[in-house]
Amino acid sequence: MTLRLENLGKRFDDTLAVDDLSIEVADGEFLTLLGPSGCGKTTTLRMIAGFERPTTGRIWLGDRDITKLSPQKRGVGMVFQNYALFPHLNVFENVAFGLKALGTRSRDLPERVAYALGRVDLDGYEKRAVQALSGGQQQRVALARAIAPEPPLLLLDEPLSNLDAALRERTRAELRELLKRLGITAVFVTHDQEEAFALSDRIAVMDRGRLQQLARPEDLYDDPANVFVAAFMGRANFLPARTVEADAGDEVECLLPGGARWTARSHASGGGTDVRLMIRPEALHIVSEPTSDSTAIRGVVVERRFAGATTMFRVQPDDLPELLIAGPPDAAATGDEVGVVPADGAIIIAFPGPEA
Amino acid sequence: MKLARPSVLLGVPVIFLLLWLVLYPNLFVLGDSVLTEGDLTFRHYLRFFTSDSEMQALWNSVWISLASVVCAGLLGVPLAFLFSRFDFPGRRTLGALAALPVLLPPLVGVIAFLFLYGESGFAARAVQLLLGLEEPPWRLTGAWAILLVHAYTMYVYFYLFTSAGLARMDGAYAEAAAALGASRFTTLRRVTLPMLGPAIGGAALLVFMTAMGSFSAPYVFGGGYRVLTTQIFASKLNGDLEMAAVETVVLALVSLVFLVFLQRYESKRTYTGAGKGISPAPPHRAQSRSARLILTVVAWGGIGFLLLPHATVLLVSFVPEGSWTTEFFPPVFSLENYRSLFSDAEMFRPVLNSLQMASVATIANLVLAFAAAYLLVRKRFRAKALLGGLVVLPWALPGTVLAIALATAFSAHQPWFGRFILVGTFAILPLAYFIRNIPLVTRAALASFRQFDPSLEEAAASLGASWLTTMRRVAMPLVLPGLIAGALLAFVTALGEFVASILLYTHRTRPISMAILSELRAFDFGAAAAYGVLLIVLMAGVFLIGYRKISDEPAGL
Repeated sequence: MTLRLENLGKRFDDTLAVDDLSIEVADGEFLTLLGPSGCGKTTTLRMIAGFERPTTGRIWLGDRDITKLSPQKRGVGMVFQNYALFPHLNVFENVAFGLKALGTRSRDLPERVAYALGRVDLDGYEKRAVQALSGGQQQRVALARAIAPEPPLLLLDEPLSNLDAALRERTRAELRELLKRLGITAVFVTHDQEEAFALSDRIAVMDRGRLQQLARPEDLYDDPANVFVAAFMGRANFLPARTVEADAGDEVECLLPGGARWTARSHASGGGTDVRLMIRPEALHIVSEPTSDSTAIRGVVVERRFAGATTMFRVQPDDLPELLIAGPPDAAATGDEVGVVPADGAIIIAFPGPEA
Repeated sequence: MKLARPSVLLGVPVIFLLLWLVLYPNLFVLGDSVLTEGDLTFRHYLRFFTSDSEMQALWNSVWISLASVVCAGLLGVPLAFLFSRFDFPGRRTLGALAALPVLLPPLVGVIAFLFLYGESGFAARAVQLLLGLEEPPWRLTGAWAILLVHAYTMYVYFYLFTSAGLARMDGAYAEAAAALGASRFTTLRRVTLPMLGPAIGGAALLVFMTAMGSFSAPYVFGGGYRVLTTQIFASKLNGDLEMAAVETVVLALVSLVFLVFLQRYESKRTYTGAGKGISPAPPHRAQSRSARLILTVVAWGGIGFLLLPHATVLLVSFVPEGSWTTEFFPPVFSLENYRSLFSDAEMFRPVLNSLQMASVATIANLVLAFAAAYLLVRKRFRAKALLGGLVVLPWALPGTVLAIALATAFSAHQPWFGRFILVGTFAILPLAYFIRNIPLVTRAALASFRQFDPSLEEAAASLGASWLTTMRRVAMPLVLPGLIAGALLAFVTALGEFVASILLYTHRTRPISMAILSELRAFDFGAAAAYGVLLIVLMAGVFLIGYRKISDEPAGL
């Protein structure tokens, strides 16, 4: 079922937790609310669930206005960060809780519970005490409990944050697959961008209560709408520069301190203005021999750090802030004088400068 | 979260009930203290503050309370360290036994002390016999007697608070101090004790307030030593109701000041580790064999000393009336006292009365505490501070004050003013017990509600459960164990209640404590002690059942 947030706002005393948020989630779509702590993502989720009343705006589930409905009447499933399994009830009773509240006949309960547990691969766990389960199993019981009443919309509040790193990575894929099979519409909340990338169809990046950008994961990474999104979604280099002239379309040529010239996609306007250029570490190459390339920046390798698939280099140019570059292990050694150039077709984005 | 409908339906009656029962009756006392035939006057206050004997009583009350804090602290804090930090044979058993004075109801404790340390008690007679004295070596009367009883009955607060504080304290702090080169003594002085500060401070304030309100010890042992509580009782008996009102107001005000301090302390009472799990420091095993022997002897000896009163009451309960006069040790033992206690309906009546009245009061406490704690922990509303104040206020109102207030407010029939004649009826004592135990039970309920994760309630709501279903199937089962622990404590307190009972009881509804008092007055000490033993057994039974049921932690004190 579709979910529509319409100019949603929430004020706590004198702080604006969520400010004029409008998002539409399509039927069967997975949307993640992503942002640092205090960005308003959890408040938004709690408003959708009905635990917080919005100060302004409306929430639509399908064609039903649920803004003022109590949580009990929304029929929205929720998986809590700490799972919130009822400690005094066993697995069966936990999963059956929502079914009973909806008035499911008690002779149908065993079958419905077994079905929900089967979906999360916990067949036969009915009689277990929830505290005797591992973290991963508890997470799946919480999921089974939430999906048992077959809600049209499922909310998941940092569903994987209580699992250890290895399990988290495996669970991500399983979770996405399971929920896609159920055809449910889902809204996740997380502060972990990798998790957001793995789970979502689209991501809503939030900061200080405002929506910064709503887009597919790859678009967020390659075409961030502003400096906050660029910095929050993966690692990025930011370099001060000055636009030389506006090319045709949205390309712009920029002059960096030290003389290098880069062509960037522009989010700023006009020629002759100060901009900040964003380029990802993997879009930069290290060239060891001195080059006359007009795009090259010269600098000294101050650190070389092996990080598995790639090696991270920190290069300190004369007139620019330090650069972070991902490259093959043999690209350079610490102390080398090197040139740094953007890769062919590298994505460089010009954001308005700090003063602009 | 706005105050949703069910909360209004719950909150308004709870606050009104508390205003009516806790605050309202005291206004009559306040009124009595400043009104003479409808005119405002401070004459009675003037009388109070210019009377040497009244000022002496006020000073005595404060002095004895401060001294009680010091004595109880000197006993309770080291005991807690002994049992939490050192390992020796019998540590766990003795550690549990050290809380036993809790099982000595006020008046029973007083009888025990009379027979143990009184001028004709075992200790005095032994000394007299040993030294061949003509006269008993001492008389158990006056300030020192009161102080002895207070120290014995109130060190438990220090003991329990300090033990709990030590159990909560992460052993890593002491290890960190040791790693930084601090000696054991420095660690104790600079790390452990400061971190226990809030717990010890809380216990000190509680002891001070309890001592200010203490009635039975000064009443029985005071002799000519006046304190405020006994003055109130005397003024009431003499018919000087205005003076009783003034004394009550003064006593309540002093207690109220300390309650405010206590609340401040409470708010920062817990230092817990910032990390994940807390692992308290393991107890030291004494190094040398002789050190271990000394520890064991000291601990067993100390516990033996603490159990003497219980043993004394038990012993005296087997002494038939009139059989023990001048002998050091009772010559005859029989079950006579118990036989008449259980066969004579008139003698058994107070036991039934107490059980009945304590049950009624405790059930009311359970219901109110659940509702109040739910509102205080889960909801935000404007009258929250008021509700929070009302549920602790009875603590600042010593039993004597409460009794006077109830006697004044509920001795007239004015339904439109919320006044009914309850004095002389069955209802008045359960009402008094109920009010006195509100802070205790609410505290237990608050503790369990705080431990219980609010997202469980939200989970139930998101699964479609109504508010009532959520309360019944999620909140109740989770909060009940802690709440019941508190209620059990309230129940046993009510069973042995003396201070308010003595001012409010009627012959038909006389509780056990009044039966004990009248046996004492008739010099039938054996029968009084038999009642006492029965009370102790009932209390111990309730605790045993309670602790079976509640596996994790007693949320009471």
